[in-house]
Amino acid sequence: MKPFSWRFIRVWQRNRDIFFRLWHSEAPGAVAEPIIILLAMGLGLGAYVGMVDGQKYIEFIAPGIIAAYAMFSASFECTYGSFIRMEFQKTYDAIIATPLSVEDVIAGEIFWGATRSLMTGTVILTIAAAFQLVSSPWALLIPALCFLEGIMFASLAILFTSFAPAIYSFNYYFTLFITPMFFFSGVFFPLSSFTPIVQTLSWIAPLTPVVRLSRALVNGEIQLDLLWALALIVALAILFFSISLVTMRRRLTV
Amino acid sequence: MAIIKTKNLTKKFKDLLAVDSVSLEVEDGECFGLLGPNGAGKTSLIRMITAVSPPTQGEIWVMGNNLKTHSQQVKAFLGVVPQLDNLDQDLTVLQNLMTFARYFDIPKDEAHRRSMEVLSLFELESKRNSHLKELSGGMKRRLLLARGLINLPQIMILDEPTIGLDPQAKYLVWHKLTELKSQGVTQLLCTQNMEEATVLCDRVAIMHQGKILSLDTPRRLIAKYVGNEVWEIEVNSDERLRTVKELENRGLDFEEVGGKFQVFHIEDEKSVTGLVNSLGRLQRRQATLEDVFLRLTGRSLAE
Repeated sequence: MKPFSWRFIRVWQRNRDIFFRLWHSEAPGAVAEPIIILLAMGLGLGAYVGMVDGQKYIEFIAPGIIAAYAMFSASFECTYGSFIRMEFQKTYDAIIATPLSVEDVIAGEIFWGATRSLMTGTVILTIAAAFQLVSSPWALLIPALCFLEGIMFASLAILFTSFAPAIYSFNYYFTLFITPMFFFSGVFFPLSSFTPIVQTLSWIAPLTPVVRLSRALVNGEIQLDLLWALALIVALAILFFSISLVTMRRRLTV
Repeated sequence: MAIIKTKNLTKKFKDLLAVDSVSLEVEDGECFGLLGPNGAGKTSLIRMITAVSPPTQGEIWVMGNNLKTHSQQVKAFLGVVPQLDNLDQDLTVLQNLMTFARYFDIPKDEAHRRSMEVLSLFELESKRNSHLKELSGGMKRRLLLARGLINLPQIMILDEPTIGLDPQAKYLVWHKLTELKSQGVTQLLCTQNMEEATVLCDRVAIMHQGKILSLDTPRRLIAKYVGNEVWEIEVNSDERLRTVKELENRGLDFEEVGGKFQVFHIEDEKSVTGLVNSLGRLQRRQATLEDVFLRLTGRSLAE
């Protein structure tokens, strides 16, 4: 594996510039959906569910929605978004003819994907706070958590993209991997409500430790064993990040 | 001094030897042409020289730097103009240049000054705030060339720079490239336009099946492989055999192309007189690089 350099920031800047030029074409939708889900499920379903783990249902799902949509942001950015830049617009080819390396480009893409997670997470957190669903100042750490989560999911998405033969391949990624995680990682139901087999699978899903941390921060229930969840996210992020640099170099420098 | 040097450069894909042990030297300040049919290995060669694709074997030095260890530094000296449009579709003309300048760490004010300069060089100033989709194909190519100059490169790598351009734009580009050469910018030009190679290149290498078949100035290549003039003889079919025999008897260097004979290396007009009776037609014309190209790389389709 070759390391990336500080030049990755140039790719991040490029993506930022284009995002803020075109944000109105994408961002409102990206934020409207989680808010609708939060209110529809929280208030609608919540009226039937009653209390979960001693909380109102809408309070229970808010931290999970933050974590899940931060995951969606990084995943969309680094699957469809990256594939379009790489294959259709040939942006990567243009950039690697300059002093930037493949590793710089990929690191820039991942950190940009993580930035999208941070923005999405922060906006939902702010709205949740406006609905008085956030009870602890520990929640101020949520943006940092979303950024870290974003690095993990952006890296995993880029890793998948490095093998994707066509843009349609991402349908598999979302229907077989991302969407199941959305439902089985403790966003909408406590893990304890699943059968043991599903619980085991849930613990393998990388979204699960993020939801756990997010819920702990929003509720201010800080315990030492949260460090395990944090360590797991960091480890997975580093692992996926490193592998994606190698597989992308293989794909791009033929 | 050789500004680009390759030694036994080889690129192998799964079952294809795209570049086969190519050793060449591009001199400082020259325009070096790379000619060859589709699939000859030109693009693979260029991709290795621009550090985008690692060689299977062999070495490359650019301005004395070994590309394997100094690719980042070398890329800062290069202005690459690709064959395929890879401009940033989501940015305006000026933003494309400014964003590209940032990849080279050019400070903002300087980047803006240079952007305006290269836009005026390629007569695109009035389009600076246009979106890419408002540009014609010719304007996009000129923008690609302008972008390739943003880092004031010492070497330009040009892959089919005038493909798809109308004659006006083509002459503008040729004129600008000639000017750049007079300012000392070395050019490595990949082209299939023989006129372009003749006009721009000091030396050309003719590539075929991954190898360089011949390398010299356009004029000397023409003299060596076809002579200064080509005589074309058209006869009807019952005269054909007699003509072949006659050409052979006279020991002439000829080729039969689509029912026509092309005769090369004619030292003396007398050697051709009387070859054609009243029913045939004989035409003489200036020999071109295209004749050399076709003789060396064959007339059948390569792929």
